[in-house]
Amino acid sequence: MANVGIVIVSHSAKVAEGAADMVRQMVGTAVAVAHTGGNPDGGLGTDVAAIMAAINSAWSDAGVAILVDLGGAETNSEMAIEMLADDRRARVVMCNAPIVEGAVIAATEASGGAPLDMVRRAAEELSPQT
Amino acid sequence: MSHVGSNTIDAALQRRLIEAVAATMIGHAEELTGLDQAIGDGDHGLNMKRGFEAIMVDIDGLAAKPLPEALRAIGTQLVMKVGGASGPLYGTLFITLGKELPAEPGPADTARALGAAIAAVMARGKSQPGQKTMLDVLAPIHAELLAGGDDLTTRIKARAADAADATVPMKALRGRASFLGDRSVGHMDPGARSSSLMIAAVCDVLGG
Repeated sequence: MANVGIVIVSHSAKVAEGAADMVRQMVGTAVAVAHTGGNPDGGLGTDVAAIMAAINSAWSDAGVAILVDLGGAETNSEMAIEMLADDRRARVVMCNAPIVEGAVIAATEASGGAPLDMVRRAAEELSPQT
Repeated sequence: MSHVGSNTIDAALQRRLIEAVAATMIGHAEELTGLDQAIGDGDHGLNMKRGFEAIMVDIDGLAAKPLPEALRAIGTQLVMKVGGASGPLYGTLFITLGKELPAEPGPADTARALGAAIAAVMARGKSQPGQKTMLDVLAPIHAELLAGGDDLTTRIKARAADAADATVPMKALRGRASFLGDRSVGHMDPGARSSSLMIAAVCDVLGG
């Protein structure tokens, strides 16, 4: 069974790319990693269509975990999830975790074949528990 | 939103409504971005401008669609083009209005649809009125709409402006501004301002 895929969504294309580079260095090619950053004009922001494309490019039947940076990235990622095909929507989760550390931990967990819920929990253990 | 008065929405009126809302968003881009630089990430005006410029590219097509379909198309453009949180938030508002309104709505349809749209925005933003957001304008104008009566467009426009002003002393509890905590006090919420501007534009077309 394929490993959970990881998607990194930042306001900045450079942050997203850099975080994805770090993940790939840590876990190699065992986990599909996609990243996106920037608004539809290429400035700082996020782009719903690009997030959907990133989810589909990191797709695994085990699901996809998304890491985001700030407010709009979260809202736009939630919107992108809702706009996915019916059979994919339920297998995508957002992780409430710091984007870089969360992506690395989630990918490490995913590389061992952990299911989606465990991947998310591993990343979220980095956040203060409320 | 367009049948607040006794107007029937034809393609010409629908076009004027869309043009008026787009013009006010594009015209106030700098002001909104200024408000957002004070308490957010400084992109609200430019983001809304980008969204409404994309909408104006297809103004002929949008004016010709039935009202519910046009509202859904406008919402989808905002979702796809804005690039910040305001895209899904305003997009959800317009898409839900489009889903809930019949092709020829009366005032009761409008009030019900706006109520549903506000609930959808609350769910999308995980927020509620009182947290220094666009909801602090939308909720009071929904109440005004439910109250009905004379001079509705004039009253709604005034209520929206007052409600946006009332966000100045509020402390932000959602969105980027919430990171500022007490430092968000003393600034008008950019989303409340953009909502009141849109409402004023709609009321001016319908009431004028």
